[in-house]
Amino acid sequence: MDQLRMTIERFGGVNLLPVAVALVALVLIGAPSSWVTLTVAGLAMGMMIFLMASGLSLVFGLMDVLNFGHSAFVSFGAFVAASVLAWLGGWLGADSILLNVAALFAAFVAAILFGLAAGWFFETIIIKPVYHDHLRQILITMGALIVAEQIILAVWGGTPMTVPRPNFLEGSILIGDVAIEIYRAFAFILGLIVYIALYLTLNRTRIGLLIRAGVENREMVEALGFRIDRLFVAVFMVGSALAALGGAMWAGYETLITPALGGELMIVVFIVVIIGGLGSIEGTLLGAIMVGLVANYVGFLAPKLALASNMLLMMAILLWRPNGLRPAVK
Amino acid sequence: MTLLSLKSMQTNIGQYAVLHDVTLDVPEGGVFVLLGRNGAGKTTTLRSIMGLWEPSPGSVTFRGQDITAMHTADIARLGIAFVPENMGIFGGLTVEENLILATKNGTFDKDRLAHIWRLFPALETFWTKAAWSLSGGQKQMLSVARAIIEPRDLILIDEPTKGLAPSIIDAMAEAFREISETTTILLVEQNFEFARSLGRDMAVIDDGRIVHAGTMAEFAENKELQENLLSLSA
Ligand SMILES: Nc1ncnc2c1ncn2[C@@H]1O[C@H](COP(=O)(O)OP(=O)(O)OP(=O)(O)O)[C@@H](O)[C@H]1O
Ligand SMILES: [Mg+2]
Repeated sequence: MDQLRMTIERFGGVNLLPVAVALVALVLIGAPSSWVTLTVAGLAMGMMIFLMASGLSLVFGLMDVLNFGHSAFVSFGAFVAASVLAWLGGWLGADSILLNVAALFAAFVAAILFGLAAGWFFETIIIKPVYHDHLRQILITMGALIVAEQIILAVWGGTPMTVPRPNFLEGSILIGDVAIEIYRAFAFILGLIVYIALYLTLNRTRIGLLIRAGVENREMVEALGFRIDRLFVAVFMVGSALAALGGAMWAGYETLITPALGGELMIVVFIVVIIGGLGSIEGTLLGAIMVGLVANYVGFLAPKLALASNMLLMMAILLWRPNGLRPAVK
Repeated sequence: MTLLSLKSMQTNIGQYAVLHDVTLDVPEGGVFVLLGRNGAGKTTTLRSIMGLWEPSPGSVTFRGQDITAMHTADIARLGIAFVPENMGIFGGLTVEENLILATKNGTFDKDRLAHIWRLFPALETFWTKAAWSLSGGQKQMLSVARAIIEPRDLILIDEPTKGLAPSIIDAMAEAFREISETTTILLVEQNFEFARSLGRDMAVIDDGRIVHAGTMAEFAENKELQENLLSLSA
């Protein structure tokens, strides 16, 4: 038994969990081609949710701030990107890949810039007065979320908005009899790039060192002479921008968005942060991948359980590891 | 010359009044010992100096500058280091990373580092290990090392011998003696033998008030005073 545990640890420990889930799913599903499609869908969904959740996890870990308004950044990111794409519709339909990419790039940049600005505003105006007070944080960030949703309603209206996709991301690639949607592969790769960038920043730079130390013990970092509050504004802005980027990706994935999108995703995002372990980017990725895979497998195997699958996953993981899969050291 | 001066400091934590009247002058150089029973307000005093609690009314003056309302980080940048009661080690970081964070610009002074390794050889041995895996004594060494990795004017140390084996306590005493040749130490301690061997000046705090201040030599002679101020029953 101990030997088995050691072997598992050596090959990655809890990181193996998604692999185990995927293998079990393969047995249950039977047909390899459906399994591949579901797995790719799960990984893509996981990566998009990772984008949305990573900022929330760091913000909570670093400043102990509960931001229930985080999903507003997701919604805004989706609508800002959708508007830019609609506005550049001519470029999207063009045969030139260059114009396609330029339109997509413009939409992402707009979402990110909006996220940075909104994050700065949110942190300085709404969060700063309620540091160290969880109850007020919950109340005021929930209030801000309601206001944000109303702003979206006022600006974009209540009817669902269609999101045009660039031509080059339409369709699928066929490998044997397995079809892989290009957009999903794209979402996965983009998420992976962001993860690697975050990982390197956190683990290879002095700013990252300060953030990791701050997540563990904020007071001590200040007692060593660093203004955590200023660093926190920056982390908050980056987290908001990533949420907006996640929203933009999600918009292109769903192709039809409503103002309720952020609120619907918020529950999933919180589940990911909780099962991943607060304050750790590795944990958030692991949690997001697990949620993405399980949602897709269960949706196929037992559609009636699909809605409950995330909650069940969270309960199972918390019973096993009350602090989540890979929490930051506290 | 007075390095640090506390004037009628009162500190509330939430709705509790913890410090009622802390007035204290810490001269430059040597080890100044702050004694007191459990719950007397020693830790709160150090945290108030460091800006982790804000005293009001009352004032903290360092080298003639009023630092009462300053941000903790700015107080640290003035040259005050803090070794807290729980050591404040970053467990997820390596020993090296813990020390790097304690430097202003992320580089070590080679001589100082060599010196620290000589004082605390365990830190060199476990240089690249995650700090959570260190023993209690090694964590305390790391916490002290962070305070002296760069020159400081004042080091606040809260009960560094708590839970340590006698041999490590001796090493600590040796280290503090050496540090105090160049840096003023404000030491909170319950281990009276340890405190006596290091301290030149001292004060006693009780129930949030300074109730005695003088030299260590005098206080060590006066058994009755010790009994009165430090024994379990007041
Ligand atoms: N965070 C807090 N909230 C409420 N009361 C506190 C808090 N911290 C300390 N106190 C109270 O303030 C008083 C002084 O505490 P402090 O930690 O300064 O004592 P101390 O002299 O350091 O004691 P010890 O020797 O046990 O470390 C105690 O009565 C304690 O209960
Ligand atoms: Mg104490």
